[in-house]
Amino acid sequence: MIRVLAFAIALIASPLFAQSAVPPAPYAYTQLDDPALEAEATALMLTLRCLKCQSQSIADSDAPMAGDMRHQVRVRIQAGQSPDEIRAWLVERYGDYVSYQPEVSATTWPLFAIPTLLLAVVFLVLMRRLGRVRTDGGVAQ
Amino acid sequence: MTSSSSNRIWIWVPLVLFVGIAALAAFMLTQPKDEFVKSQMIGKPLPEFALRAATQDRPGVTIEHFRDGKPKLLNVWASWCLPCIAEAPQLEELRASGAESIGVAIRDRPADVAGFLARHGNPYSRIGADDRSEIQLELGSSGVPETFVIDGEGIIRHQHIGDIRESDVSALLQQLSDAR
Repeated sequence: MIRVLAFAIALIASPLFAQSAVPPAPYAYTQLDDPALEAEATALMLTLRCLKCQSQSIADSDAPMAGDMRHQVRVRIQAGQSPDEIRAWLVERYGDYVSYQPEVSATTWPLFAIPTLLLAVVFLVLMRRLGRVRTDGGVAQ
Repeated sequence: MTSSSSNRIWIWVPLVLFVGIAALAAFMLTQPKDEFVKSQMIGKPLPEFALRAATQDRPGVTIEHFRDGKPKLLNVWASWCLPCIAEAPQLEELRASGAESIGVAIRDRPADVAGFLARHGNPYSRIGADDRSEIQLELGSSGVPETFVIDGEGIIRHQHIGDIRESDVSALLQQLSDAR
C-alpha cells in the first residue's frame, strides 16, 4: 500500500519539480539556411566573447546568454548587417572586452606601438654594431 | 674610459627592465580580479522597446514608462537567479523609501516569476519579460542581477552590478535623486 502511495506521489511530484527552462532562442542552436551567411556568422561568433563565461567565444559556450547572442548575430547577418557592424554594436555596449579581435583604440595602442618600437631599437643597435665591425675590421669592444 | 663606463651602465638595463616587469606581474597577481563587465551605455538613452508582462500580477513595460519625468530603477533579474533572492529585501526597502523599480525578467516563465514574487515579495510596479536577453544586451548588462538608474527622459545614468546589499541602498537613493 505504502509503495503504491509512494509511486502515486512520485507521479504527481515529478512534473511539478521538472523545471523545464525557457526554450533557447530560435537561432541559438540552428544554423542559417544560406551556407555563405552561416559561415560569416560563425566566423564572427568565434571572435565574440561570452560575457558569462569570459574565457570562451559565444560559438563555444553553452551559456544561455551566449545562445541569445548567437541568435542576435544570425538574425542580424540574415537581415543584411555586416560582421563589423554587429561587432561595433556589441563593443558600443560592452567595450573592447566583448571582442577577441584586437582593435587599435585609445586603450590598446601601446600593445601595437611597443613591439614596433622595440623592433626599431633592435634594428638600430644591430646597425650600429655591424657598422662598427665594418669600420674597425674587428669586433667592437 | 667614457665608452666602457657607459657600456657598463647600459649592460644593467635589461636586468632592471626584467626585474621591473617581474615585480609588476607579482604585484598584479596579488590584486583581486575584476570580473565585472561594465556597461558602456551610461549617459545613453534606452532603446525603443516593448516587453509583455512577465506575470499576471503586474503589467508589461515599454520605453514610454521610463519617459514620464520620474527617475526609476530598472532591475534586471530572474526567478532562477539566487543572488536575486538576497537583494529582494533591499529592493523592498528602496520601494518603501519612495523609489520605483521596474523589473525585467530574463528567460523566465510566468509561473516561476509568480512563485518567486510570492516567496520573496514584489517590489516592482511593472515587470517585463525579456525571453532572449534582447533588452539586457541593449543595456550592456552581462548578468543577473543588475540594477540601472534611469532618469525621467529614459537616459541610463548608473549601473549597479550584482545584488544590492544593505550598504548600497543609500547610494542608489542618492543616484536616483541626482538623476532628477
